[in-house]
Amino acid sequence: MLKQHASAVYANRDFIFASIRREFEIRYRNSLLGAMWTVLNPLALIVIYTVIFSKIMQARLPGLDGPYAYSIYLCTGILFWGVFSEIALRAQGIFLEQANLLKKINFPRLCLPLVVVGSGLINFAIMFALFLAVLVALEALPGWELLGLIPVLGITVWLAIALGVSLGILNVFFRDIGHFFGVVLQFWFWLTPIVYPASILPEQAQGVLLFNPLAHCIAAAHTVILDHTMPPWRPLLGVALVAALLSVLAVRLYLQHGADMQDEL
Amino acid sequence: MTVVSLQGVGKAFRRYPSQWARLWEWINPWPRDRHEKTWVLRDVSFELVAGEAVGLVGMNGAGKSTLLKIITGITQPSAGAVQVAGRLSALLELGMGFHPDFTGRQNVLTAGQLLGIPLERLEQLMPEIEQFAEIGSYFDQPVRVYSSGMQMRLAFSVATAERPDVLIVDEALSVGDAYFQHKSFDRIRQFKAAGTALLLVSHDRFALQSICDRAILLSGGTVAQDADPESVLDYYNATLSGVERIEQQTEGGRTRTRSGDGSAGVTAVQLGTGNEADADTIQTGAAVSLSVAVRVERDVDRLVCGYAIRNRLGQDMYGVNTFHTDNVVGPLAAGDELVFRFAFAMNLGPGEYSIATALAGGETHLEGNYEWRDLAKVFTVVNTQEWVFSGCVWMAPKVSVERPS
Repeated sequence: MLKQHASAVYANRDFIFASIRREFEIRYRNSLLGAMWTVLNPLALIVIYTVIFSKIMQARLPGLDGPYAYSIYLCTGILFWGVFSEIALRAQGIFLEQANLLKKINFPRLCLPLVVVGSGLINFAIMFALFLAVLVALEALPGWELLGLIPVLGITVWLAIALGVSLGILNVFFRDIGHFFGVVLQFWFWLTPIVYPASILPEQAQGVLLFNPLAHCIAAAHTVILDHTMPPWRPLLGVALVAALLSVLAVRLYLQHGADMQDEL
Repeated sequence: MTVVSLQGVGKAFRRYPSQWARLWEWINPWPRDRHEKTWVLRDVSFELVAGEAVGLVGMNGAGKSTLLKIITGITQPSAGAVQVAGRLSALLELGMGFHPDFTGRQNVLTAGQLLGIPLERLEQLMPEIEQFAEIGSYFDQPVRVYSSGMQMRLAFSVATAERPDVLIVDEALSVGDAYFQHKSFDRIRQFKAAGTALLLVSHDRFALQSICDRAILLSGGTVAQDADPESVLDYYNATLSGVERIEQQTEGGRTRTRSGDGSAGVTAVQLGTGNEADADTIQTGAAVSLSVAVRVERDVDRLVCGYAIRNRLGQDMYGVNTFHTDNVVGPLAAGDELVFRFAFAMNLGPGEYSIATALAGGETHLEGNYEWRDLAKVFTVVNTQEWVFSGCVWMAPKVSVERPS
């Protein structure tokens, strides 16, 4: 059954690639700065936080030396948080967003989450390339350890899409999920050590952080970029397990209720 | 070779008393339905073979669009099964999920891919698609500026860019102008001749009769009739006026439909010409007198008598009723008998024709259908006296030839 779905999705790969390209075309149609907006938004966030924390609040955060350490720490966190939240948030709303298409043409619905992943990865790639350029300029570029980021990225994306699709299917039937998830993401951002290092939290709080799968992913990214070492794999395996469980949930929901989605859109 | 097969297809929509009821039903490990089912389709079964054209008719809300969505695969049936062999192309409602901000060209690529045409092939076909749609420079402008007719042209052009094995058209062509409708039907006919199975939903009697080999009447979600287009449409026509009695008799391969509430009835129909009181064969252009004898069964306020002369395919040649000719009679009492006489010249081409009669209380049979009879009389027109001509109508010209100097 799943194999049928998979081959149907593969048959429509042209549509998936074309859709990803179209996403970018739409976003920057009728705009003057075009593709630069992909970068300007997170860039603005990074500049603001750096200015406030490093300069104004004079925070020399423990464990980070060097004038640029904090900015690099922040950028890394925001990059990986960005790819997670963009994919999860868009996937959660994709069926409602494309309701028009789903009601008029017969095509495998699973193509749509793949389009979301594709767009998200391309956005990430653009910003990461710029980030690497900045690191080179600051002579803070890690060596071969950078390859360790590939599994970290992979697991982050997997977590995002599994969560996104599960919520996406539920959202069609229970529209509260959409509103709810936006709020959840707000809290989640601050429950993850992106803006602050984990060490400034009290001991019990740090224990709670262990249950946040995203904290492990971002901590791994920090290890590679700041410490120039390969991240510990045990915590990441735990995250992979969570992603796998969510994937099972997503598949079950799709098989059981996917057909009924049509009637609710 | 069967290309489309439906067995016992049914579709129910669920209604939950509240969202919490739905949530509870999902979570509850013991399966217990907490919803109400509304069955919009029940036990629909039929088959289509390659090269066959079937018309789907029914009143609005009978379930036609839902049935097509099930055959296309957009919706899943709640009961029964559908099998489609080969590539299916469908024009449902309007547009095929065109994105309004993208140009016609870009939308062709999206829609074409989703219809199963590979990208390289689409690019090869693009000039033909553009040419067929004939929307000029709009082809490269966003679809949001198109009129509904232009969107339909584009949708039809893409959907028929490559001959599919099954083609479904759902009332979409009605927004096209006469020129484009003509082009579309031409293409549909070509596909049919090449072996495409066609499923057409339309309220246009002419379209259905000229293309379809078969018609299926869907009424209240079930198949009410599955037969040749003429008898299905006659039956459908009768149901439109909400009548109580519909009888159909088949004689020698032709089905006569008689319907009505019985307040009045035609007792005899005679076509007199020359010396004959009732002839079966009439000369082109001959003077005839059509007599319709009527017996009133119940008291009525008004009685309008109408007739329609139809050709072999069931297409109206000429029809009129006494409301329009200003000969309304009434009030009448039960037991009254009348004869309506219509005198005219039979200006028809050679062929087989039938007369349908109608007795009603007003301008159309939709206001008080006392009796409607199809095939009340059958006759033949021959041409032994005038020059040879083709066509249904006798419109003899006066001819002169000149040499402009």
